[in-house]
Amino acid sequence: MAVAYLPTSAPAERHSLVSRLLEDERWLALALFLPTVVILGLFIAYPFVEGVLLAVTDAKVGVPGHFVGLNNFAKLWNDSIFRTAVWNTFWYTGVTTVFKLALGLWLALLLNRHFKGKAITRAFVLLPFIIPTVLSTFAWKWMFDPTFSVINWTLYRLGLIHGRINWLSDPDLAMISVIIVNIWRGVPFYAISLLAGLQTINPELQEAAAIDGARPWQRFWHVTWPLLLPVTMVVVLFSVIQTFADFQLVYVLTGGGPANATHLFATYAYQVGIGAGLLSEGAAISLAMFPALLIVVVIQLLYIRRVETH
Amino acid sequence: MIEGAKWRRWVFFYIPLGVFVFVLLFPFYWMMVTTVRPDSELYRPWMAPNYTPFWTLHPTLEHIQYLLGETLFSTWMWNTLLISIVATIISVFCGLLAGYALSRLHFPFAGSLGTGIFITYLVPQTLLFIPLADIIRNFRLGDTPWALILTYPTFLIPFCTWLLMGYFKAIPRELEECARIDGATRWKAMVYIVFPVAVPGILSAGIFAFTLSWNEFIYALVFLSSPAQKTVPVGVTSELIRGDVFYWGPLMAGALLGSIPVAIIYSFFVEHYVAGVTGAVKG
Repeated sequence: MAVAYLPTSAPAERHSLVSRLLEDERWLALALFLPTVVILGLFIAYPFVEGVLLAVTDAKVGVPGHFVGLNNFAKLWNDSIFRTAVWNTFWYTGVTTVFKLALGLWLALLLNRHFKGKAITRAFVLLPFIIPTVLSTFAWKWMFDPTFSVINWTLYRLGLIHGRINWLSDPDLAMISVIIVNIWRGVPFYAISLLAGLQTINPELQEAAAIDGARPWQRFWHVTWPLLLPVTMVVVLFSVIQTFADFQLVYVLTGGGPANATHLFATYAYQVGIGAGLLSEGAAISLAMFPALLIVVVIQLLYIRRVETH
Repeated sequence: MIEGAKWRRWVFFYIPLGVFVFVLLFPFYWMMVTTVRPDSELYRPWMAPNYTPFWTLHPTLEHIQYLLGETLFSTWMWNTLLISIVATIISVFCGLLAGYALSRLHFPFAGSLGTGIFITYLVPQTLLFIPLADIIRNFRLGDTPWALILTYPTFLIPFCTWLLMGYFKAIPRELEECARIDGATRWKAMVYIVFPVAVPGILSAGIFAFTLSWNEFIYALVFLSSPAQKTVPVGVTSELIRGDVFYWGPLMAGALLGSIPVAIIYSFFVEHYVAGVTGAVKG
């Protein structure tokens, strides 16, 4: 027995060393975090540093570039397309967020009632959010087609318009079209998240308020809304970040056109950095998003801290 | 239910809900109609007589046949499937371990690591795609599936970690403590006792991660260049448009077929998916 036992004793010892180390919480935590830290370090932290370094050079594709300080940012400051893109991004984020919140809340309140076919309605309503954005945006682009737009056809047949509406070729209308599609895609996410929030609210509170004679609107404003606020905050902050950094919708619908009128930060960064190969300038445009994103993230962190400590 | 007269129910409930459902689903209906509509009808001037835009009397499979026969669509589907599955497995694995550590273990810098992961959760892909493209090129991963398999976890892991951390917090500690009193090591208690209980959370995280990978666009657009390497969203965008000419029939067929895998997974796991969405915001 002892002879048969001996050869395995060495690996057994090593094994026990590993398992002894893993008994220590600190070593176990280190082991558990290793894969995550490696991936996030290599593909988030490193590119971030690289991005900052890139933005202060004049690198192009295949050309390493030299240090130029803040020249790229100074150049952007005087770039009218960049200024339009900044304005568009804030406008786009602001308008869509207001509409997504209002319509999403409305839809959530509708879905919170009991009716036949509730489960299937809820499942279908979420479709715009789960179907790949690029693919559903193509359906919208086809619906906005200058010659064969089904929206125009319907409006014409209803007698509401007399000529074509050039949804995507007029600068102002193009921005509105992009906003419409973003709202369409975002409302289900708001609705489903807010619905989850609504379902955690005790219905007895509503009943008690009703017995006290509160009108439906008062019940919503004084009972439901304050309880829904924490979920709403988180949903809005998430959605603001996603919308602010949006790329796909504009890329597919307008490509930033007509005449660079509908660019957002991300699409302009793509056009300059990848399209024209001016890596450093593109990196600078992307990084220009950072301060605004940071503010949102800090608000969110502070908010979560506050909720956790209370 | 809305109290009061029947008309109130219609005005305040059925009509608004009906309008919501119609607007939210119409683009998908339009995708389907366009897919089976012959070209001769597709490009008919809108003032033409007998014009029936909302349905077709001559359904055809020509666009689907073109898509499957003349383009690399089926290759794109395989690429997307492979990339999404592998990226999801990596992310759920990492998220499972990190989520467990964050919810259960006491170690130095636990708080800052948690905050760090939460912040990466909020980093949008569009912030880093240009330097990342440079790094991918330097690692010689450009134009391979690995470029996406390794970068998708950057936005999937934080999500999975966050979601699973919530699940672990809901599992009573006594469960592991009992196992450890019976002589199980920390590792064994984690793998054999806690992880099996977290299966619903793992499923939610996996399904959500899969749909996010399938949906991803900008990394795939920037990191891949040869047509045979592309994913569905990028392939449809770049290969079915020639200059200014849009092949709307095949394009809509591609959009429809490219949506089916996520739609199927979604339809089987609606509850898990909704748990994923809401878990993502509740944290």
